[in-house]
Amino acid sequence: MSNYEFLEKKAKTLRKYIVEMITEAGSGHPGGSLSAADIVSVLYFKEMRLDPQQPKWPDRDRFVLSKGHAAPVLYAALAEKGFFPVEQLKTLRKLNSPLQGHPDVKHVPGVEMSTGSLGQGLSAANGMALAGKLDKASWRVHVLLGDGEIQEGQIWEAAMAAAHYKLDNLVAFLDHNGLQIDGAVSNIMSVEPVADKWRAFGWHVIEIDGHNYQQIIAALDEAKGVKGKPTMIIAETVKGKGVSFMENEVGWHGNAPKPEELDQALSELE
Amino acid sequence: MTEKIATREAYGKAIVELGNNNKDVVVLDADLSKSTKTALFAKEFPERFFDMGIAEQNMIGTAAGLSLGGKIPFASSFAIFATGRAFEQVRNSVCYPNLNVKIAATHAGVTVGEDGGSHQSIEDIAIMRVLPNMTVIVPADAVEAAQAVHAAAQLKGPCYIRLGRSKVPVIHNDQYQFEIGKAHIARKGEDVTIIACGLMVAEALKAAEGLAQEGIEAMVINAATVKPLDEETILESVKQTGAVVTAEEHSIIGGLGSAVTELLAEHYPVPVKRVGVTDKFGESGSPEELLQHFGLTAEGITAAAKEVIKRKK
Repeated sequence: MSNYEFLEKKAKTLRKYIVEMITEAGSGHPGGSLSAADIVSVLYFKEMRLDPQQPKWPDRDRFVLSKGHAAPVLYAALAEKGFFPVEQLKTLRKLNSPLQGHPDVKHVPGVEMSTGSLGQGLSAANGMALAGKLDKASWRVHVLLGDGEIQEGQIWEAAMAAAHYKLDNLVAFLDHNGLQIDGAVSNIMSVEPVADKWRAFGWHVIEIDGHNYQQIIAALDEAKGVKGKPTMIIAETVKGKGVSFMENEVGWHGNAPKPEELDQALSELE
Repeated sequence: MTEKIATREAYGKAIVELGNNNKDVVVLDADLSKSTKTALFAKEFPERFFDMGIAEQNMIGTAAGLSLGGKIPFASSFAIFATGRAFEQVRNSVCYPNLNVKIAATHAGVTVGEDGGSHQSIEDIAIMRVLPNMTVIVPADAVEAAQAVHAAAQLKGPCYIRLGRSKVPVIHNDQYQFEIGKAHIARKGEDVTIIACGLMVAEALKAAEGLAQEGIEAMVINAATVKPLDEETILESVKQTGAVVTAEEHSIIGGLGSAVTELLAEHYPVPVKRVGVTDKFGESGSPEELLQHFGLTAEGITAAAKEVIKRKK
């Protein structure tokens, strides 16, 4: 199996887990979980140095899911990687489950930061990257932002700070799927020209197709060579990617599939 | 005359000591390092000091990330901004994940003075106290402030230390030992319990001296740790005295007065009077004028003490 086929298979598995666990939970956010599945697949199954047996291994690479409502894609990756049993995914959003509606660092091995209140994850990632720099550590920090999320002012405070402190051990992905709860990002509150904005804030910007493994991997490799600047990878994605009736449908931002819809989704993800 | 030192001065020195003792201690500020006194740390340990600019929300979030990277961050700004502007970051990026972040905020209360009501934080104790996992410390003087900074560094978890701009009397000697969660009985008495924090402890002691001359013996409790409140010490005292005055440089809503009355209402109801800012914003003036204006004085406490004693059955 080629590397890309392997990653594609993993991403399909993540997508399957995502729709299954959200259906079981009866609520959750499939659209933005599915749009990020390929990026997360590359991070967890190729890029990051991790040890599921030692979730707090000091030299591990870090991933912060700033768009915390996409928790299902993170939980799917952590379970598939072996941080906790896949069976546990069924407990998503249920009382006494560690798998809260949004990620909780206190209870889930492999989760690096509690997120969900949008706009806060980049600051935390910056702090981790600063700590890594102080310790002259080799580990790197990755953070995933939503395109609606960057409407939050704190993102731009953090964007300034990451460039100011030359955090070249930090890579951000923008899951640029173009949709937020109330509609198209361009209609609600445009974030364009998004690449120019990050460039103006002092970041190294790479624009890719967020569903193309070759491009995701190449961007991460390029980021490793960038010195003195953080890198922003703007990933063009499709919200709901992989499930035909969810793709580019704003209604699937925060809705759970019905059982018959799950069956159709799973048949498409075979 | 008693020596007067601002608690922020004590913080600035203590944080340098901490920096010497522990290389994991880092400090963040939001363009107020000369005022918060973190500039002293910045000078000694420039590589461990991060000026985040005028961006308090990002400062708190960055502190959270530094703690996840194994550091012990102290984040400083004025109380109004550190707790108010960045409230939801303190809640969701620090307290909810229960991270080892210390928020040492200066310029709390009306003694900010001339800058006026926009800058006088009279609600910070309330909004920090309501957060699960948060420890809230309001030191009474420079001695206690320095010890609180060291104690906070030892504590694992979020901690808010409330510091002042103005010089306040040093009421503790070198023998004093501050402990998180332990109230200190600053004066013994049987007729009324005065529970105070911050600069109001000195006023409470002054009030108690005056009351003594009128034959009223007040017990003065320094509740420097507003959360967790030392319920045992307070209840034990109140069972003896049967009347309580609380005193704080903060709104009477949500702060120490509320914490004490919540405790008493459930366990031992007695007459209580809360001395504090009575649901108003601050305004410009000198610190001394403002304390007078809002009744945050020994006289205010004395009047309240007499009132609650009268209300005793």
